[in-house]
Amino acid sequence: MVDPVLFLQLFWVFFVIGLFTFGGGYAMLSLIQTQVVVTHSWLSESAFTDIVAISQMTPGPIGINSATYVGYEVIHQAGASHLVGILGSLTATIAVVLPSFLIVLTIVRFYTKFKGNKIFEGVMSWLRPAVVGLIGAAALILMFKVDWSASIPDISVVKENFSDWISWVLFAAAVVASLVFKIGPIPILLAGGLLGLLIY
Amino acid sequence: MVFEWPYQLCAATLFDYSWIRVIFNITKMDKLAKTGPSETVSLWNIFITFAKIGSFTIGGGYAMIPLIREELVKKGWLSDEELPDIIALAQSAPGVLAVNMSIFAGYKMRGFKGSLAATFGSILPSFLIILLIAMLFTGYQDNPVVVRIFKGIRPVVVSLIAVPMINMARKGNKTWWAWCISFLVLFLVAFMNFSPIYILLVLIVLALCFTLWKERRSGNG
Repeated sequence: MVDPVLFLQLFWVFFVIGLFTFGGGYAMLSLIQTQVVVTHSWLSESAFTDIVAISQMTPGPIGINSATYVGYEVIHQAGASHLVGILGSLTATIAVVLPSFLIVLTIVRFYTKFKGNKIFEGVMSWLRPAVVGLIGAAALILMFKVDWSASIPDISVVKENFSDWISWVLFAAAVVASLVFKIGPIPILLAGGLLGLLIY
Repeated sequence: MVFEWPYQLCAATLFDYSWIRVIFNITKMDKLAKTGPSETVSLWNIFITFAKIGSFTIGGGYAMIPLIREELVKKGWLSDEELPDIIALAQSAPGVLAVNMSIFAGYKMRGFKGSLAATFGSILPSFLIILLIAMLFTGYQDNPVVVRIFKGIRPVVVSLIAVPMINMARKGNKTWWAWCISFLVLFLVAFMNFSPIYILLVLIVLALCFTLWKERRSGNG
């Protein structure tokens, strides 16, 4: 039996995530990661990476896909049945959309005033680079772990995602394919899966 | 309980939104929204159109823009001038970009009900697809073939997160100040385990103070 408090926590966590996501799905991934993996330890680093992969491959916005998936996984891993898991994904999805709903409908009223407003633009000029940093951090957290318990901080590689040198070659190849050759995420992910199947 | 009152607030919002109508004066807004399409678009049509858009958006919110143009502008439900407004607004509001665009576009067409129909439409396909995958995948997670495939996919996923960041930084970070903010946030979150939410809150307050101070100074000078 799943603790009903877990649903409340799930709702609150995703409501806050929806409220503080500036700059689209990738920024949301970093918030989901810190809340779900780091703060609450609901999911492991590798389970989260799998969810990101599946969210990118399936149609629909990444933010919604990962919220739906994480909501299901958190409840299901707490020992609930599939049906209760659906309730979890419903909770997370509604919670993540609700702040947008309230805020967009409010902004619509003041939009003509907001547009070109210097103070609004000024705040956004600080938030946009912050979002860039957040997305970079999401990638780094999936690569390295920092242990502060020792006197000298210990940096180690996340073994679940980078098991050997081949993983680093795949990583570099995907960066080049995406950055230089502008190949879309779906062919790159499919190629990664195929190469994994052939190599390992 | 710390998270009890927001939950009650949200639950109240879901089941009965009459108090929002009062606070935001939505009835009046509905009339304002009526400037959009020439004829009334049915809610069912809005729902179906956004379900179609949602199920063909692969990747992220930006992939949705050409689909919205194709479906909504060509049908005459929205004008070409309204589209950039919708995108700009959706980007400046927090939340999922695709959802923000749906809310705003739906609102332009049929007011509050239109935004509900558009949002449900754009969410429903991905919700059902992900649910199906989540339920099937949990049984196969330890399957050796699946394990091998995901061993190849995981490092690739990390680079697919890193590349949009590089592109955003190259396009958006025009000042040294912007680069400072980016690197500071990156360091604090990745290596010092700071919560992004507190960092964003502090940044919003600092940016607000700085912008107001600059405005006042330029106003006096």
